[in-house]
Amino acid sequence: MPTTASPAHPLTDVTSSDSTLRRFLHGLPGVDAVGLEARAASLGTRSIKTTAKAYAIDLAISMVDLTTLEGADTPGKVRALGAKAVHPDPTDRTTPATAAVCVYPDMVPAAKAAVAGSTVKVASVATAFPAGRAPIAVKLADVREAVAAGADEIDMVIDRGAFLAGQYLKVYDEIVAVKETCGADARLKVIFETGELSTYDNIRRAGWLGMLAGADFIKTSTGKVAVNATPANTLLMLEAVRDFRAQTGVQVGVKPAGGIRTSKDAIKFLVLVNETVGEDWLDNHWFRFGASSLLNDLLMQRQKLATGRYSGPDYVTVD
Amino acid sequence: MASAFEYAPAPESRAIVDIAPSYGLFIDGEFTEAADGKVFKTVSPSTEEVLSEIARAGEADVDRAVAAARKAFEKWSALPGSERAKYLFRIARIIQERSRELAVLETLDNGKPIKETRDADLPLVAAHFFYYAGWADKLEHAGYGANPRPLGVAGQVIPWNFPLLMLAWKIAPALATGNTVVLKPAETTPLSALFFADICRQAGLPKGVVNILPGYGDTGAALVAHPDVDKVAFTGSTAVGKEIARTVAGTRKKLTLELGGKGANIVFDDAPIDQAVEGIVNGIFFNQGQVCCAGSRLLVQESIQDELLDSLKRRLATLRLGDPLDKNTDIGAINSEEQLARITTLVEQGEAEGAERWSPACEIPASGYWFAPTLFTNVTQAHRIARDEIFGPVLSVLTFRTPDEAVAKANNTPYGLSAGIWTEKGSRILAVANKLRAGVIWSNTFNKFDPTSPFGGYKESGFGREGGRHGLEAYLDV
Repeated sequence: MPTTASPAHPLTDVTSSDSTLRRFLHGLPGVDAVGLEARAASLGTRSIKTTAKAYAIDLAISMVDLTTLEGADTPGKVRALGAKAVHPDPTDRTTPATAAVCVYPDMVPAAKAAVAGSTVKVASVATAFPAGRAPIAVKLADVREAVAAGADEIDMVIDRGAFLAGQYLKVYDEIVAVKETCGADARLKVIFETGELSTYDNIRRAGWLGMLAGADFIKTSTGKVAVNATPANTLLMLEAVRDFRAQTGVQVGVKPAGGIRTSKDAIKFLVLVNETVGEDWLDNHWFRFGASSLLNDLLMQRQKLATGRYSGPDYVTVD
Repeated sequence: MASAFEYAPAPESRAIVDIAPSYGLFIDGEFTEAADGKVFKTVSPSTEEVLSEIARAGEADVDRAVAAARKAFEKWSALPGSERAKYLFRIARIIQERSRELAVLETLDNGKPIKETRDADLPLVAAHFFYYAGWADKLEHAGYGANPRPLGVAGQVIPWNFPLLMLAWKIAPALATGNTVVLKPAETTPLSALFFADICRQAGLPKGVVNILPGYGDTGAALVAHPDVDKVAFTGSTAVGKEIARTVAGTRKKLTLELGGKGANIVFDDAPIDQAVEGIVNGIFFNQGQVCCAGSRLLVQESIQDELLDSLKRRLATLRLGDPLDKNTDIGAINSEEQLARITTLVEQGEAEGAERWSPACEIPASGYWFAPTLFTNVTQAHRIARDEIFGPVLSVLTFRTPDEAVAKANNTPYGLSAGIWTEKGSRILAVANKLRAGVIWSNTFNKFDPTSPFGGYKESGFGREGGRHGLEAYLDV
């Protein structure tokens, strides 16, 4: 399996100046919106049943970044979330743990304590999440604090204002700086806020920009705007990581986040992964779901598959 | 194909459709035996299972059916358009209500995947009836004068690739304009037309307005040649189309022909590549390539040939071939042994002429008629696989250097049914489309159909248009 980003790939040149970077990003093949959405919709009609469904549900659970990103978050809430991430279904210990819990930087210590001794990682949003409207020094300090507190993964937001103003090198430099601040141990997820980038051409360009800058994951959204992860924008990002690996040998993960609430939806995303990039990405090291309520639906569907009965929301934990 | 995430079988239940062991001809509102008692069998191409035994219409039956249609014409054509519309709306609604049953039936008899019959054929069939139902009381506004008259009895012969959809394309405009119909479905796919006969009865359609005569080519020939037929509409091969044109030459019969094609799918270097790949796949592997407007010639700009072919091959490797009733099947069975033999012969010729053949690894079921998705590279205009209609899942890849060369190569065919243009440059789409001699041109998409859009060919792909306002003309005395 290819390793994660190292800067010495054949595309290093394209980031040497603002104009080379612009030329490169604008030279990427365009995206036909109708065709992209039709392809995503057509993969959405795959019928995943019985053994395939059981596999997909367990895989999806193992890919969840169980998230709480509220002003009202407390150490108690984060503890509960951590416990759930480690043992999602108290009635069935064969249920896989989730990939990570995802919290604000000041909640990282509480999250670390809650998942200690398990496989569950602690991810922290940083860089003045969700708007990203803060001086670079503040953003980097945000990241430094989170990493120092033990975050295994950093979910940063790009400067959408700079991106939309065409200042691609500024966005690039910022991602590079954040990546440096993450150090060798913390993996970096780069959030584009696809709902604000608005066009598919922009999303493809942002994807490549993020990967060129050393992103370990490219991530759709914060979950804080009207349009978050969709099958179409996730398909587009999967095509981008596929093409990036073909050109550079570097494999990058994908994380759709926000708006994925049902098992049915999650399975559709896994079908996109399966038929676009294949089994190399069917692993929580390379694909994640940023979600909170999704987990309970996955658990209910898992119980139904195991017992043949749908037990209802009283049989999963409310956090 | 990824191995970790194997899709479990997800077959659509065939219990929803009840196929009788035998069916008669549908004449004057009744199912009846053929006068000479002849029958033939229809098989499921994916399993070779005999589905039913069908009465085979002969000349005497054609006489009876045309006479019934003639008798019915008097009252049917005299009905106010709004009354005819009621029947058509009713038929459209019944088709929607029975769409799952009809989709399973069509998949069984034709071999195409349930995904296509469910998501393409059946919705389009219902849409076509709804669309022409809407025209029935507005004919005076169609641009053909104040009171356009119907022609009389329409003799219609349809192919096996979209059995029910081609029936809808023929019957809906004919009835909306006040004609009556004798229709011959293809011998390998008669069942959905016979189920449609049942739908006509369910809708209370007056007797004799629609007559269905299953049979082989001789039945079609007798129908086309019948002196009391006023209008002939045919969809099928160019060879048969030419025969029909000779038959009706010098008679009063009005003729429309929708024949073969060798559609060019032109991909420029600034195309949206991932969507172009989808369009190429949809263009040639939809319905196993058994589509008259298939994009069977891929014309790719030489500068992106390698990149595009890599993407295309990677995509073809994910196509799922197998049980057409499985909801995850992308590629179903070839419709008949005969068609499979034709495809095989042409593909062998392509290889013999030096083109390079490629197919993804894919398992072919033990029984039934199957052909793996196939790609030919190193194809030139001089190869037979670049000129003849293969009517199967076989794509010939050619290259071009400039837009002018693309246009010249695309037009260098006796056919002229369809073409596709892939580029992000709007002005180029318009410029190229204006120079292509093809009846249907798609830009940045392929094989999209809509009842409001006229469909038909240039050159040896036929004449006359089906669909849209233009489709009315074929059934009006104008």
